[in-house]
Amino acid sequence: MSRLEARFRALREEGRAALVPFVAAGDPAPEITRRLLPRLVDAGADVIELGVPFSDPMADGPVIQRAGERALAAGMSLSGVLDIVRGFRENDAGTAVVLMGYLNPIAAMGPARFADEAAAAGVDGVIVVDMPPEEGEPLLAALRERGIDPVFLLSPTTSTERMRRIASEGAGFLYYVSLKGITGAGHLDTGAVAEALARVRTVSDLPVGVGFGIADADSARRIAAVADAVVVGSAIVRRVEEALDDPERIPGHVAAFVAELRGAVDAAAAEGSGR
Amino acid sequence: MSEPSSLSNRPSALIGSWPDAAGRFGPFGGRFVAETLMGPIEELAAAYERFSADPAFHAEFRAELRDFVGRPSPLYHARRLSETVGGAQLWLKREDLNHTGAHKVNNTVGQALLATRMGKTRIIAETGAGQHGVAAATVAARLGLECVVYMGEEDVHRQAPNVYRMRLLGAEVRSVTSGTRTLKDALNEAMRDWVTNIDDTYYIIGTVAGPHPYPQMVRDFNSVIGREAREQILDRAGRLPDAVVACVGGGSNAIGMFHAFLDDPEVELYGVEAAGDGLETGRHAAPLSAGRPGVLHGNRTYLMQDGDGQIEGTHSVSAGLDYPGVGPEHAWLKDLGRAVYTSATDAETLAAFERLTRIEGIIPALEPSHALAHAEKLARERSSSDIVIVNLSGRGDKDIPTVAALQGIGDLPG
Repeated sequence: MSRLEARFRALREEGRAALVPFVAAGDPAPEITRRLLPRLVDAGADVIELGVPFSDPMADGPVIQRAGERALAAGMSLSGVLDIVRGFRENDAGTAVVLMGYLNPIAAMGPARFADEAAAAGVDGVIVVDMPPEEGEPLLAALRERGIDPVFLLSPTTSTERMRRIASEGAGFLYYVSLKGITGAGHLDTGAVAEALARVRTVSDLPVGVGFGIADADSARRIAAVADAVVVGSAIVRRVEEALDDPERIPGHVAAFVAELRGAVDAAAAEGSGR
Repeated sequence: MSEPSSLSNRPSALIGSWPDAAGRFGPFGGRFVAETLMGPIEELAAAYERFSADPAFHAEFRAELRDFVGRPSPLYHARRLSETVGGAQLWLKREDLNHTGAHKVNNTVGQALLATRMGKTRIIAETGAGQHGVAAATVAARLGLECVVYMGEEDVHRQAPNVYRMRLLGAEVRSVTSGTRTLKDALNEAMRDWVTNIDDTYYIIGTVAGPHPYPQMVRDFNSVIGREAREQILDRAGRLPDAVVACVGGGSNAIGMFHAFLDDPEVELYGVEAAGDGLETGRHAAPLSAGRPGVLHGNRTYLMQDGDGQIEGTHSVSAGLDYPGVGPEHAWLKDLGRAVYTSATDAETLAAFERLTRIEGIIPALEPSHALAHAEKLARERSSSDIVIVNLSGRGDKDIPTVAALQGIGDLPG
């Protein structure tokens, strides 16, 4: 059983949703990320989504764009991200780590070599934002061979028929993009998300996470009531930005926010969610 | 002489019949976009397939090209330039004489007609030199559509005349300050706008890049260039040219020119990239000459990238060629060996710019001045019975402040 599967199974038995914080690896420096990751776990993260910086992040809003630019300026690369995961795994065998990024850095490393090194480092899942399943080979086969889950995005524009096809290619969980737009946009419609998730569940038994547009504890609580996982990205990166003048503060400042999100997500469970 | 009416009916097994149903040109092209865009792109592909088979759509497109754009554009025998350079005859396809001053309008007219048929009321575009932005703003005004143009901050400064033109035409020009602040970042920002406003917005990509069906669609709308040129040279010279030369940034004018000649093996095709300060300096915009394949902006193609797959900054005297990628069909033509891709430096380009201006009384844009520079080299190696056609893809009005500054003329506003 993969780490993602095990974690989602355990949470389902507890009636809780997973909390998935996103941080851009290397923002503002690799060393800060190394110290931040265990703090995220202590604050209640079930899965860590680690952003692989790319020079041209077409699906990201300004907050995550800036995070990527800071990381690249600090010398971060795909190999550097894998190094960070390797270091994290030395002290944490249970928390799933999912990489999120764009295809070109992976293509430049080579799909087979990337899958080998990611598996050795302890990566559990990979989201390639600009790689729909139609364009998935040869990377998908390479990931599956090494037991890494390909995690796919679904969006408000995805037809039910297409959801079925994507779900059949995905593993670990499905990631529902809660709005038409880029990361960090601010118009979350919980009712529309609930309807879409009902549609997703007619085509797949995989857990469904929701992300893009979850900005605070309140929206995290509302999404936790209907989804299997709550993904928070830009709002967390904004906490990193708030402490840039004193980077030593970043791990504590971000962890405090993640703990607040954890409380909100678990409050939804306590209220008796519809999951 | 061949019969012009049969020219566009080539058998489907030939090179010119690409892409396949998945939008691939051999290993290049495809559809590498975030899931939110897959639905809209499939909708666009279906609409394009439907309307490109619709005679009424074609008739309207042709009428717009004739009455609004001013087609056909002339094929001009540059006799004084040919004599000065020595060697082959140089002929210029005068896309600079189109309405708005470049070939870009062929595509914006076609896509805007498609947008209105799809019920879209707002169009967006990215632009580098501003020629595509002006062409998009122009058709938006013509058809009563709202228009937003994304332009890198650096280009907003160096192409100021075109920024004014777009604003005069009623478009909103948004300066892009992310990344390298040039064309590639403008394209990223336009994609972000599109994904946020997909219900009412149509994205007019200005070059033969992007996810399928853009490379095919933009090529089809521009392929009128080569069809006309082929017919014109057969009519005027009684035979096909020996070589055809065009500049390549994203590659829309080049593919528009090449396409009618792809299946004429006796016609050599040359694409000329921007070598900037020289390929050896790394300060250039020549992915086909000095890059390697990767994935950017929705397609697999040759890219300027570092060892980690990060896209590298580009340099060229011409904003319109300042792009780290290239249309996937060019990548395929390069690998097939059907077209030869080479480059011209800023210095060679400026010399060709000046020569055409002084000798023929035609001020070319800096982009096709790259093609002129290479065509002059080819001409010198050939005899006066040989014919070389250059796609003069745009006029140089927008570049006058840039050239004046480089030549130290000074005292020009802007």
